[in-house]
Amino acid sequence: MKKYTYTDKKDTRSGFGAGLHEAGKRNENVVALCADLVGSLKMDAFIKDFPDRFVQVGIAEANMMGIAAGMTIGGKIPFTGTFANFSTGRVYDQIRQSIAYSGKNVKICASHAGLTLGEDGATHQILEDIGLMKMLPGMVVINPCDYNQTKAATLAIMDYEGPVYLRFGRPVIPVFTPEDQKFEIGKAWMVNEGKDVTIIATGHMVWRAIEAGEKLAELGIDAEIINIHTIKPLDEEAILKSVQKTGCVVTCEEHNKFGGLGESVSRLLTTTYLAPQEFVAVNDSFGESATPDQLMTKYKLDPADIVAAAQKVMKRKK
Amino acid sequence: MKHTISELEDIASQVRRDVLRMVHAVQSGHPGASLGCADFFTALYFEVLNHNPEFKMDGIGEDLFFLSNGHISPVWYSVLARSGYFEVSELATFRKLDSRLQGHPTTHEGLPGVRVASGSLGQGLSVAIGAALVKKLNGDKSLVYTLQGDGELQEGQNWEAFMFAPFHKVDNLIASIDYNGQQIDGPTEKVLSLENLQAKFEAFGWHVITSDGNDMGEITKALHYAKSLTGKGKPILNLMSTQMGYGVDFMVGTHKWHGSPPNDDQLKTALDQIKETAGDY
Repeated sequence: MKKYTYTDKKDTRSGFGAGLHEAGKRNENVVALCADLVGSLKMDAFIKDFPDRFVQVGIAEANMMGIAAGMTIGGKIPFTGTFANFSTGRVYDQIRQSIAYSGKNVKICASHAGLTLGEDGATHQILEDIGLMKMLPGMVVINPCDYNQTKAATLAIMDYEGPVYLRFGRPVIPVFTPEDQKFEIGKAWMVNEGKDVTIIATGHMVWRAIEAGEKLAELGIDAEIINIHTIKPLDEEAILKSVQKTGCVVTCEEHNKFGGLGESVSRLLTTTYLAPQEFVAVNDSFGESATPDQLMTKYKLDPADIVAAAQKVMKRKK
Repeated sequence: MKHTISELEDIASQVRRDVLRMVHAVQSGHPGASLGCADFFTALYFEVLNHNPEFKMDGIGEDLFFLSNGHISPVWYSVLARSGYFEVSELATFRKLDSRLQGHPTTHEGLPGVRVASGSLGQGLSVAIGAALVKKLNGDKSLVYTLQGDGELQEGQNWEAFMFAPFHKVDNLIASIDYNGQQIDGPTEKVLSLENLQAKFEAFGWHVITSDGNDMGEITKALHYAKSLTGKGKPILNLMSTQMGYGVDFMVGTHKWHGSPPNDDQLKTALDQIKETAGDY
């Protein structure tokens, strides 16, 4: 197992904030919109340096999505910022008609995704957003794994022409990917090469997959770990190549098991190369109030759950 | 004036014939408010807008128009074709397989003149505000126009947008309301009353003007007046009274023709009342 270390822990939303600020410096067409959550989205640096290119919309997310769509007409690249729940479920039809169907170059940037929002509870913990967004034709869906990757992803989507959903979160987690990484939309990142089982993880679950990989190594199991930061378009080639080698797969995501990364992988495998799969995901449930760590344990998203899933899926190998 | 009122009335007459023939041909679509708004669209595209039929999506340096109540696509398509955005003959493809003239307007098939999809109601004003903000950012002095239905105002997103535009001084925006008092299930006052719209818009901080949208002289004058009010710190709202089905005696003033096409006999009766002025497609 390749050794991963970290010296710092940061939240992925701060990676977005840093990326947005840098994007603002690199391209004068970058504009930002927020629905009364500037501090939560870490947009302060952008607003300080580019006050004329920031629109405070107030608590009116539907209007924000429409305004963002309109701002592409005339050449701007709008980045909207609010919580994941209010970035997707609340405004699904606005995104569907005014952004996705209309082919608008809007970057929907969503913080506080998943259970790790913590104490605010289920009203704010969306676990269906990946599914909602990946079903929209033409929508790119990205869920980066740490601060550095989120910053790099924010800059990469600036240069991509078309609608993007960028999902990130609130808790501080290890920063373990390189600061100067090149982020390629739709390209998997090989975290660890192995031969016994493929572990595919996205977002906050990638570090947990690394911790699980270390435990599996102690048990004599050589896990291949892949970071899928782009859920759509899916890097089918990387996934197939790995599963053809290992013969089984565990998918890990901080999302409902319905509609997420795991189902995308299942669709790929059932149509190309049948292999057993286990899902480490929320089991069709809403969340609740508690600390992020307590919730990740209760909803079975811990490294130990990944280890158990790996052991289980390996037994089903032909 | 680029055209006399009489010339504009002749164009609107042809547009009404197009609307009726389009919805009749596919036995679907929305003739009622399309007929009611034919004068507004004609005045806007042939007299008021500074626009370029050599369509460019970014619309830099030209006035933009957004249709929020997308179901009245027939009248928009007719006016776009008759002002040179595409061949008039393409109107015959309305709502048919592989057409650019979808039931509700969209950018998806690349129809010139359309900058955002509409149909799911209540979204157009927000998009127009975004485009207007960018015109200001780009130092582009041209204007942004919208049309919304009155029934459509029951959608909550509108009121987010009505609140936003005056606060942010979006004074390069002229929003018109098709105030015909009708919606699918009946008169608006019975379905969900809009009450005193003018007072509501004024309370939100808009500069409100009223107009008769079925009098070519008056609607043209009203739009020119609205234009003169831009750049003064407030968005402009044109509360435009129209009659659904205007121009056809058995269609006028009722919600019954909101989304129902005429049959063969009804089409003939209707066309007999409307002069062919520029040649049917």
